[in-house]
Amino acid sequence: MSTHSPTYVPKSAGAKWLESRLPIIGLVHSSFVAYPVPRNLNYMWTFGAILMIMLVLQIVTGIVLAMHYTPHADMAFSSVEHIMRNVEYGWLMRYLHANGASMFFVAVYIHMFRGLYYGSYKAPREVLWILGVIILLLMMATAFMGYVLPWGQMSYWGATVITNLFSVIPVVGDTIVTFLWGGYSVGNPTLNRFFSLHYLLPFMIFGVVLLHVWALHVPGNNNPTGIDVKTKKDTVPFHPYMTVKDTFSATLFILVLCWFVFYMPNYMGHADNYVPADPSITPSHIVPEWYFLPFYAILRAIPNALLGVIAMFAAIAVLAFLPWLDTSRVRSGSYRPIFKLFFWLFVVVNLGLGYLGAMPAEGAYVIWARILTILYFAHFFVFLPLLGLLEKPKALPNSISESVLKKSGSGMPQGAAAKPQDA
Amino acid sequence: MAETTPTAEPTRRDFLFIATGATAAIGVAAVAWPFVAQLAPDAEVIAAGAPIEVDLAPISEGQIVRVFWRDTLIFVRHRTAEEIEQAQETPLSDLPDPEPDSDRVVEGREQWLIVYGNCTHFGCVPLDFQGQYRGWFCPCHGSVFDTSGRIRSGPAPINLPLPPYEFVDDTTIIIGEAA
Ligand code: HEM
Ligand code: FES
Repeated sequence: MSTHSPTYVPKSAGAKWLESRLPIIGLVHSSFVAYPVPRNLNYMWTFGAILMIMLVLQIVTGIVLAMHYTPHADMAFSSVEHIMRNVEYGWLMRYLHANGASMFFVAVYIHMFRGLYYGSYKAPREVLWILGVIILLLMMATAFMGYVLPWGQMSYWGATVITNLFSVIPVVGDTIVTFLWGGYSVGNPTLNRFFSLHYLLPFMIFGVVLLHVWALHVPGNNNPTGIDVKTKKDTVPFHPYMTVKDTFSATLFILVLCWFVFYMPNYMGHADNYVPADPSITPSHIVPEWYFLPFYAILRAIPNALLGVIAMFAAIAVLAFLPWLDTSRVRSGSYRPIFKLFFWLFVVVNLGLGYLGAMPAEGAYVIWARILTILYFAHFFVFLPLLGLLEKPKALPNSISESVLKKSGSGMPQGAAAKPQDA
Repeated sequence: MAETTPTAEPTRRDFLFIATGATAAIGVAAVAWPFVAQLAPDAEVIAAGAPIEVDLAPISEGQIVRVFWRDTLIFVRHRTAEEIEQAQETPLSDLPDPEPDSDRVVEGREQWLIVYGNCTHFGCVPLDFQGQYRGWFCPCHGSVFDTSGRIRSGPAPINLPLPPYEFVDDTTIIIGEAA
């Protein structure tokens, strides 16, 4: 099928010399060249590569920004304006970095909903999934601290509200907050330490991404049918099939990023962040960046501060337990008619929470936020556990190649149909 | 390497293992301490927290002035007779965090309310004279405070706290205490 040999054989003397000492070319070859992937992967499977590219983009633009940025409460704001006005292409670096962060989250959310739909979190990919949840948490921490760096009004008050979340912890809460601030309010020590961590965390993300890829390459990719690879006929080599598909998809994605960067660079930001931080006035309407809005809505939906904070963190933590909350052994949502409805309901719930997070916390908005918060958690604790027991899945194809070649994912009389999937 | 044969008697190796392990554990804790302690407010931040003197004379009735002590916002409010009366007449049963107005001001100087200016929910600065009780209204998540700085409705759990302060004379206060 492919002209490439499945295992790497060094040809030149130099490559042989290196390979017998550090088999790194062979590792890359088996991971990204010969690596077999299911032949039916659709475009939803290109977001992993897109995320990798976005991480590199954030690191490269971030390192450049750090060369011109001053992490001091008196100078941070003007140093960002200095980047925008005086530094050659500084505006480009900053707009790529700021919009890149947003697009990073667009990609990660698509990547995750892909996993939710096709059951990619189920055995034997639980560790892979949990590593993904850890990456999401690290990304959130990184983006939050990055947003503090320009030291505008949104930076300052966002930092105040989020660090104060920890004050609800009984007994030690206030001490923890003081230790986060390094003072008695958000101030210069806070900015300094956030800058240090904002520089560090992306490299930690990079490390966890390597583990994530490692954990992927043990069981191999899931696929739109959710059934396991059985024969070589079910797969194609990563190169050139996925390399081309990933590159094409990433190019389109970067075009969208460019559209934001060049035509509406401040669309996803907030005007108040162009006002320097002022500890004596809070902007009349403070909202976090869009990618935090669903969680912010959950925080505000609950009248008790401690419970609100717990619910907000639980909304993310629950993802880590998903492999054990979903009782169905059929992976792909394509073969689960009722799950499919609940999946789309869950998508709508998340979009709804995102919308409510941006609205003032009053009147009908609060009521709706409460309803959607209940639905959010019900998805994990009620719908998914019950669906696996009650729902009758559709017939599964016998093999990936059959599903591709016959172009019929369902409805065929098959012996293997609806048999539990095992690793 | 030769295999060790387990013996019933404790050996010198067992002793060394436990002793080294215990020393290492103490060592790790001793090293961890400075790494955590460095996060605390540093000497300069603490030194900047020396008490401040506030001249009340220029603050006219009905006005709220903002001052900072230890980088923290404080409202100094010159209350009108009507505002004082409102604060005093509110029944304690109406308050989520019951506290009489008399506990929140100095006797005989009821016109001066001195409270921390960050919402006790998540720290935003509430807007002056806003909300149902014309005390403060927090724009972040809708907490309403009265003219005594007490929480009346919304998510803030407790009243705006009082900073340490004392009157030097009729028109001067000292906010803060030596660190
Ligand atoms: C996971 C990767 C990263 C994410 C999600 C991220 C996110 C962000 C965000 C949201 C901002 C605020 C942008 C604004 O509104 O101006 C920011 C600013 C900043 N970031 Fe990052 N960042 C990442 C990686 C890095 C790295 C690796 C560095 C340094 C080596 C860095 C350095 C900076 C600097 C200096 C600023 C302040 C300048 C500015 O505000 O534009 N970032 N980051
Ligand atoms: S910070 Fe004031 S109500 Fe939340």
